[in-house]
Amino acid sequence: MSRRVVITGLGVAAPNAIGLNQFDQALRNGTSGIKFYQDLKDLNFSCQIGGKPPVTQEMINNYFNPLQQKGLNSSGLIYGVMAGVDAWKDAMLPISSEEEPDWNSGIIFGTGILGVDKFREAIHLIDAGKTRRLGSTSVIQTMASGISAYLGGMLGCGNQVTTNSSACTTGSEAIIMGYDRIISGKAERMLVGSCGDDGPYVWGGFDAMRILPGKYNDNPEKASRPMSATASGFVPGSGAGALLLESLDSALERGANIYAEVLGGAINSGGQRAGGSMTAANNEAVQRCIKDAISFSRIQTEDIDYINGHLTATTRDATEIKNWTSALGLSGVYFPKINSLKGMTGHCLSASGSIESVASILQIKNQYVFGNINCEDIHTDITALIDDSCIPKKTMDYDINIAAKASFGFGDVNAVTIFKRYKK
Amino acid sequence: MTNRDIISKIKTIVTPYTQRKEGLSEFDESTNFLNDLEINSANLVDVVLDVEDEFDIEIDNESMEGMMTVGDARDIIIKKLND
Repeated sequence: MSRRVVITGLGVAAPNAIGLNQFDQALRNGTSGIKFYQDLKDLNFSCQIGGKPPVTQEMINNYFNPLQQKGLNSSGLIYGVMAGVDAWKDAMLPISSEEEPDWNSGIIFGTGILGVDKFREAIHLIDAGKTRRLGSTSVIQTMASGISAYLGGMLGCGNQVTTNSSACTTGSEAIIMGYDRIISGKAERMLVGSCGDDGPYVWGGFDAMRILPGKYNDNPEKASRPMSATASGFVPGSGAGALLLESLDSALERGANIYAEVLGGAINSGGQRAGGSMTAANNEAVQRCIKDAISFSRIQTEDIDYINGHLTATTRDATEIKNWTSALGLSGVYFPKINSLKGMTGHCLSASGSIESVASILQIKNQYVFGNINCEDIHTDITALIDDSCIPKKTMDYDINIAAKASFGFGDVNAVTIFKRYKK
Repeated sequence: MTNRDIISKIKTIVTPYTQRKEGLSEFDESTNFLNDLEINSANLVDVVLDVEDEFDIEIDNESMEGMMTVGDARDIIIKKLND
């Protein structure tokens, strides 16, 4: 394999921080972005807390012109544009001219659902017989590919511009799809990532499934408890993460800053067989996905220094750890360091894979592992598998050469990505 | 409302949609929305909605199709105001 793929730009809008430096600090400090939301209470939600990026009007003005802001009512689109544009600028790439797009740069930017609040607006107008009052902004803010379309126009990308969707694996899947496109020689640069809307109309369905915690409305920052014995459901989150993937040749030619290398990854599905279902994973599929990512990346399981887990803070966290130990053949003190960002951000759903990949890459670049928050009481099913020291409670300096990032989603779909420290 | 008032209000409405800002400096009744102001054709429906809100009128699809210039818009507005 002659071509290699590196990461030359990052962008993030997470519930606990917006922007790379702020996010890096939030990771190190264990800053929670989970808050109580009065509207969820007023609507009789059982879980009245969630994670939303702290976006200000001033920030919006930096990304959207006054015309683009007219009728703008799509939270995921706002987060996605912020992260995507930031990653592009972080990579020091120019905005292409008015006359010609950049034919060698494309976008794969996923989402679970886009513009829910905008769609609600439209539904009310249509039901009132006022369809013509929708104006021109309804379609572009509610089509799933709205996010890649907005970014494509703002940046002037002339390669493939699309949106993928695979529930909570969406962000990780986008990275692997973009990697494949560069490896196959079809593009030099791919802006990849994912975003997700927030608020009652996105989170209501999960509340109805009773898989969100209902007992932490007075104590939101303690609610998201990955790997904890007292984990009682995932806290809904939102936001966006973005990575600028680039062929090593192109990055070297431009003299770009390289954060890390993407060694490869794997995507599969458990087919909703053998214990897998619409909402639960087929464990064999998860293990195969991990093993496939490792063999594709031509590394050994022992090479993995650090794992950024999916670990949503449900009772299934122990099952995920079991799958890792089985797939890697490593347990006890020999297991890599592992953490979950979801303790700080909640589960950012379709945005989670990309936000957590940005977190993984910052840890590789800056050589540390962030401390897990809210897991001072690790579940005994987990400590029976891996040593307590594998789950840092405090941020520590750490030599990470190779990191694995996993995402699993409804529909029994899995994605695992392998990142490596880049040395000149 | 005078002719000048109406044209002034139309100018305020179309300003955010205008991509060719020079078109605003020579803004008069002959100004063409698409050619002189380079308003994205998809945004014309938004201009019509803003006009409806400003003048508290309703512009049917047929009238909208004939609305190519500022003068056309003014004529339609005056007609609807007098209806």
